[in-house]
Amino acid sequence: MMNCKEAVRLMSLERDSTLSATQRFALRFHTLLCTGCRNYRQQMAFLHTASVERASGAISDGQKDDA
Amino acid sequence: MLQLRDQAAAEDAVQETMLAALQGVERFASRAQLKTWVFSILKNKIIDAIRRRVREPNMTPPDEEIADSDFDPLFDERGHWRRESQPSTWGDPVKALENTRFWAVFDVCMNRLPANTARVFMMREVLGLETEEICRELALSSGNCWVVLHRARMGLRLCLEETWFGKKGETA
Repeated sequence: MMNCKEAVRLMSLERDSTLSATQRFALRFHTLLCTGCRNYRQQMAFLHTASVERASGAISDGQKDDA
Repeated sequence: MLQLRDQAAAEDAVQETMLAALQGVERFASRAQLKTWVFSILKNKIIDAIRRRVREPNMTPPDEEIADSDFDPLFDERGHWRRESQPSTWGDPVKALENTRFWAVFDVCMNRLPANTARVFMMREVLGLETEEICRELALSSGNCWVVLHRARMGLRLCLEETWFGKKGETA
């Protein structure tokens, strides 16, 4: 089985590029069994959300506005 | 603005955006709509400024990087997470976005990344540029670009886990 070090590398790569079918399959299999890597993947998604929010928040400059 | 360490260039970009925003302000029904619109203008201004900047000679910042070995202690000899460094669940992390203390932590973590690494990360995640384009603009090989992005994510998540999400009670 693929190790976690390789899995996290692929979880980053999949956000920037397209994985091969083999890589996708191996990664899916790994994350099925590995809680740490499942958490890691959710953290990656959150990093994206937070970064976008940080940049747009910098514009409204601390104003608590809109919904 | 992480993308433009150069203070003057950042101020120019903001100023131009504000002027453009004021000219178009009456067209917007809600502030949310206005905010989205201002952000999209600023984003384009930043991209323009980055392009202008990298084309100027002698402006390429020195390459400081996080070494791969910096993350080695997180894994055992077979490359699996060590028990104590296994990524934890962050629960419902979106809640943290409403907490001003979280943003202070987020900025600290972002600033801990090497300047170049943070810049590549923001160009990808916030500006949504394609990796190929980022590499071209910053004259990096595409392989190198992916490595930099990976290290940025590793560094950022580790910092957030250690300083925010790992501390029980902070996120509740």
